[in-house]
Amino acid sequence: MSQQPTTENAGSRREDSGRQPPYLYPDYVSTRLRAPEKPLIILPKTLSDTTGPAYGRGPVGELDHDLTRQHAGEPLGERIIVHGRVLDGDGRPVRGNLIEIWQANSAGRYTHQKDQHPAPLDPNFSGAGRCLTDGEGRYRFITVKPGAYPWKNHPNAWRPAHIHLSLFGEAFRSRLITQMYFPGDPLFGQDPIFQSVRDPEAQRRMISTFDLEATEPEWALGYRFDVVLEGRGATPMERA
Amino acid sequence: MGAGYTPSQTIGPFFHDALLDRDRSELVARDHRSATQIRGAIYDGAGEVVTDAMVEIWQANPAGRYDDPEDDRGDLPLDEDFTGFGRSGTETGEFSFVTLKPGPVPGPDGRPQAPHVMVSIFARGLLRRLVTRLYFPDEPDANAADPILSSIEDPALRDTLIARDEGDALRFDVRLQGENQTAFFEL
Ligand SMILES: [Fe+2]
Repeated sequence: MSQQPTTENAGSRREDSGRQPPYLYPDYVSTRLRAPEKPLIILPKTLSDTTGPAYGRGPVGELDHDLTRQHAGEPLGERIIVHGRVLDGDGRPVRGNLIEIWQANSAGRYTHQKDQHPAPLDPNFSGAGRCLTDGEGRYRFITVKPGAYPWKNHPNAWRPAHIHLSLFGEAFRSRLITQMYFPGDPLFGQDPIFQSVRDPEAQRRMISTFDLEATEPEWALGYRFDVVLEGRGATPMERA
Repeated sequence: MGAGYTPSQTIGPFFHDALLDRDRSELVARDHRSATQIRGAIYDGAGEVVTDAMVEIWQANPAGRYDDPEDDRGDLPLDEDFTGFGRSGTETGEFSFVTLKPGPVPGPDGRPQAPHVMVSIFARGLLRRLVTRLYFPDEPDANAADPILSSIEDPALRDTLIARDEGDALRFDVRLQGENQTAFFEL
C-alpha cells in the first residue's frame, strides 16, 4: 500500500499557518466543547471530493440578491452594494455558483427566534439573500449595512459588523462558509471569531474594501469582497 | 497550502432562514422503492445534543457516478432527478436524510472505494466545517478493502464511520469529542 500514515498532531497544516482558524480557539468559548480532540485524518484526493454540488440547481429568484426589496417598504439603515468575484486558487472565475448570505439588520438584530438582543426588528428586512455568480465569477448583492451586536462569549463582547456568506465552489473540497467584515471596524481587536485567524494577511482577506467605483451617486455605498476558494485540484493520475 | 484562500468562519447560530428555508433533506421521495433513511445526533464534549448545527451530504448515485462534469465516466448512468446533495438542520435533535445508497467509486491508486457519503458539519463553535464519511453496515467486505477506512489504524476510530442499521433507518451519530469521538478528515 502506497499510502503513508495519515494522521497529524498539533492541529493541522491549515491552522498551523494561521491562515485558517483552528478548531480549538479557547477565547471563542463555544469551541471548547465542540472542537475535535483527535488528530484529523488526511484524506487523499478522490472523485468523492474533487466533485461537488455547485448548487446552481435550486431556483434563484430575480430579487433574491436584493435584500432591500423583499418587503412592502424599504429597510432602515445605510444602503450598500456588496459585490466581488469568486475565484479558485489559480485565479480562475468560479461560474454559476450559488452564494447564500445572511446578516443582522442595521440595528444589529437578526430575525432569528433565538436572537434575544433587545434592538428593534425591522419589518422590512429579513436579512437573507442568494445569487449565482456570472460567467466571470462576479456576484452582487444590495442590502443595508448590518449593525454590531452583543453576544455572551465574554463580558461586554460585541461582534463587529459582518455578513455571513456560504459558497460551494467547484468541488466538495472547496465548500466555504465565512464572514465578510467592514474596513476599519474598531471591534476587531476584541472579537475572538475574527482573531481566530491569526495571520494578518489572512485577516485582511475577510475585510471588504470601500469601492467608490461601485458606489452609486445619491443612492448606495459600494463594498468589494473577493472570495478565493480551493479548486478541484485533481490530477489525471488521481482520477484514474 | 492555503495561501491566498479566504479564511473560514463559523456559521454561527442564525443561519436557518437563509440556508434551511427549503427542505433539501430528501434527495429522493420517501416512497421511492430504494429510499434509504439516514439519521443521527451530534453530541458535544459534554454529551449534550447539538441542536444548532447544519449537516450537508454529497454522494454518488447507485451506479457510483457523481452528478458533476468532473466525473466524466460516460459509461455510467446519471439520474436527472438525483443530485447527490442534501442539507439538514438538527433543531429536532437529529439530522435526517432520505437518499439512495451510492455505488462504489474509484479511489486513490485506482483501488475502488466502498460505498460512502461525504458529510460536512457546520455549527456555532466550529470555526471550520468538520468533514467525515458515512459507510454502510451491509458492506463488510468492501469496507475492509476501502483504502480510506483501512488507512485508519485504530479500529474503534474506524468503526465510528460505519452507520448502524436500525431497521427503518441507518443511524450515524457523531461525537465531536471524547474517547468515542468520530473520525474527522483534513481535506
Ligand atoms: Fe452573525
